[in-house]
Amino acid sequence: MIHLTGVKKAFNQGRANEFWALKGIDLHVAQGKVTVFRGPSGSGKTTLLTMVGCLARPTSGRVKLKERDISSLPERFLTDIRRSTFGFVFQNFNLLKGITAVENVMVPAYPLGGDHGALRHRAHELLDRLEMGPKAKSMAEWLSGGEAQRVAIARALINDPQVVIADEPTANLDSARSAQFLDIVAEMKRDGRTILMTSHDPLVAEAGVVDHVVTMRDGVVVEAR
Amino acid sequence: MPVWLNRQRALLDFALSSLGRRLGKTLGLAVVYTLIVAVLASVMLFSHAIRREAAQVLAGTPELLVQRLVAGRHDMIPAERLDAIRAVRGVKSAEGRLWGYLFDPAAAANYTLMVPADRVVEAGSAVVGSGVADVRGVAVGDLMSFRAHDGNLVQFRIKDVIDNDSALVSADLFLVSETDFRRLFGVPADRFTDIVVAVRNPREVRTVAEKIDAALPDTRIILRDEILRTYESVFDWREGILLVLLVGAILAFAIFAWDKASGLSAEEKREIGILKAVGWETSDVIRLKAMEGTVVSLGAFLAGYLLAYLHVFHWGAALFAPVLKGWAVMYPEFQLTPFVDELQVATLFFFTVFPYTLATVVPIWRAATVDPDQVMR
Amino acid sequence: MLFQPAIIALMLASGLAALLVLASVPFAWTVVRRWNLADGSEAQLRMERRTYLVATLLKIVMAAELAALVLFVFNADRMATLFTGAMCAVGTLKVDPWGFPTLYLKLAVFFLAGCWLVLDHVDNRGWDYPLIRVKYAALILLAPVLVGSAVVQGAYFMGLRADVITSCCSTLFSGGGVTVTSNSVASLPHGLALSLLAGSLAAVLASGAVVLRWRRCGWLHALLSVAAFVIGMSAIISTISVYVYEMPHHHCPFCILKREYGHIGYALYVPLFVGTVCGLGAGIAGWAGRRPSLSTMAPLVARSLAAWSVGGYALFGLVALWLIERSHLILFEVVP
Repeated sequence: MIHLTGVKKAFNQGRANEFWALKGIDLHVAQGKVTVFRGPSGSGKTTLLTMVGCLARPTSGRVKLKERDISSLPERFLTDIRRSTFGFVFQNFNLLKGITAVENVMVPAYPLGGDHGALRHRAHELLDRLEMGPKAKSMAEWLSGGEAQRVAIARALINDPQVVIADEPTANLDSARSAQFLDIVAEMKRDGRTILMTSHDPLVAEAGVVDHVVTMRDGVVVEAR
Repeated sequence: MPVWLNRQRALLDFALSSLGRRLGKTLGLAVVYTLIVAVLASVMLFSHAIRREAAQVLAGTPELLVQRLVAGRHDMIPAERLDAIRAVRGVKSAEGRLWGYLFDPAAAANYTLMVPADRVVEAGSAVVGSGVADVRGVAVGDLMSFRAHDGNLVQFRIKDVIDNDSALVSADLFLVSETDFRRLFGVPADRFTDIVVAVRNPREVRTVAEKIDAALPDTRIILRDEILRTYESVFDWREGILLVLLVGAILAFAIFAWDKASGLSAEEKREIGILKAVGWETSDVIRLKAMEGTVVSLGAFLAGYLLAYLHVFHWGAALFAPVLKGWAVMYPEFQLTPFVDELQVATLFFFTVFPYTLATVVPIWRAATVDPDQVMR
Repeated sequence: MLFQPAIIALMLASGLAALLVLASVPFAWTVVRRWNLADGSEAQLRMERRTYLVATLLKIVMAAELAALVLFVFNADRMATLFTGAMCAVGTLKVDPWGFPTLYLKLAVFFLAGCWLVLDHVDNRGWDYPLIRVKYAALILLAPVLVGSAVVQGAYFMGLRADVITSCCSTLFSGGGVTVTSNSVASLPHGLALSLLAGSLAAVLASGAVVLRWRRCGWLHALLSVAAFVIGMSAIISTISVYVYEMPHHHCPFCILKREYGHIGYALYVPLFVGTVCGLGAGIAGWAGRRPSLSTMAPLVARSLAAWSVGGYALFGLVALWLIERSHLILFEVVP
């Protein structure tokens, strides 16, 4: 479903500290599968995810999403594609402080202009499914790590995306919580979603639910299976 | 349309909650904003009210005023000119007036001495304005005396004190009889200060004035409309000067707003980064911030205007009155008639909301265009 | 110069607006020369982001110019007391040769800024920003108009002198006063004016209906909108205002805005302006629809703009009709 050809990404272009995070990536991500990107920090796996997830544009190379070339789309349209196709679960969960869990879940849908009541209903439903129903009205900053992650997952699912992207999802969780997360991944896979993750964690890379593992180093893919 | 409306509603909701989460910062900005609106609005409300007051007073004054000029300076006009004026076609009536200024060393103040046309003041008595009564601490029945032009003392017994209704013009009034006036200043019986003329047809004021001017070449003729116009532009000018002086304050406020908008806290920056990462577009963020700005602006504008209204119409415009009323030892104590004018509200909007909007637009844009992938780094 | 709050506000507003647009010109020039979406460099990304700022600034400029237009007319009316012979805004504007040019330039700025915003709105719907060069070339052309408007307005206000009392002599002869002579527009025969108005409104409504129904001929609608605006203004001056004042020889486009006439002028002008600016926008959007990436979105924008435009003109026509109907003045005898 997602094709990358010769994707390169530079930061601080034209300055003394110019840095190429990706040095030519060719990759295919299959629909409905779980793919894990692994490699040491600085290997470019997170940067690669931002290219795949329409968060950023490649400096050169092509990114194709379902046969559509999105590598030279302006941000306005990338955002449009991103919010309907991708859901993100960030490493630090990145919940907004000072508002409740359920409001956090609703935030990505605000610019779409759907009916507010229906949106709230959907958010509660998602939280219930993730067993976070009782905490829906809690302030985001009072949640524990595992709870915050489940709120973040609910937020990623609020616009019903085909692809869920998770950056180091188990970095801040203990083993039991990590296993619980993988269960959720399995459930999302059953729903037909494509899941992309970066992880250092062998527990994740070796989990049964994972279909593909891509190993990266210094901005290039060294192994894909 | 419902999509658009829903989106605005959702964004407004979020903007309000976002303002609420940073209550301290919001309030700080709102207070400064309110104060600047209040100061500017006070200047405008006050000068407008005073202009209306002046116009109302002038509405009762004669349409035409004839003064004699000698060597370019105002001089007493001989009584026989009255007949010459009455002979001009279109003139309904012409009356001589006696008035002048008197410096009172005891109060270090100037009084306006007048022989009233509409009431009779007996010789030896006087009717004074409230300002005179206050500054000299006199009441009805008290005695006041002045030195006449020849050094003799002239005594007046206060018969009445004019109350506050039209205090702007009457505060420094000192009404005396014709005999006392002539005795005090040594004005011969056949001289007047000036002549007021009433004209039969108001449309012919200008023609009548031209005829009088032709008949009496040594006079100058003042039309009521022209006094009105002069008042108008003098007050406009004073208001303008005060506003220009306050431009410094507006500028300081704009810099303050710029600083507040660009000095985003780490938490705010993080929030915008998250919003962009989860699917908000740059223009959504700009719209959100614009809504926050609108809420603050509107609130501050209303609060500031209200504050100014109270300041001017209930607390006597204590802050600016001296500048706008003009210099005098005796400030009249008076209540202005409340009046709100659309033109003024619009002008005030340009002086406050427009600079605020401009000062915040660049910082907002800068904050809204952070990389959406920033939160992943 | 008259040192007056509203004047200071107006100078401030147009000065800042001109400055903002002028400051965007170098950037606009860069866009015209360097824009390349295929380029993934950071410079291109920065340029893209900068377009958000320019669009936001233009929105502010347009809002400010609209408010300034109202303030300008309002203030001109208020200042009439300061000049001998000036009865209302017309007199104030005629005090100085720059008065009416200022008003016309303000109108031009408002309509041009409106057109630019429509262009921007449409262009943002196309994934490859097909009109971006046109848009920024247009911005470069818009800048001199804004600067010109600010300068002419400055010249007008600087030249204003109130006829006030001077201490040296009688002010009787301080100028003969302004005469509000009837010009060619005001002397337009009532029958002709009303027939022209009816004809142009019918034409503009019909062309709007064509855009709504078949999504084509936007350019015709835009052209007819301009015609309807000019004819509408002439009709207001020559005939409709006369009905409002109920005086056969009082032609004034401004007094109908006053409180004495219940601010009824706004009910005429707001729909007329909305109709015109949306009509122009419909034309622009229709034209933009020829770009491949806009072929689906632009006609939709054109349609909704045409709907607003038709609504505006219809409302304008109805208000005009109502004003004539309720008036006690009879200009035409109906012969049975």
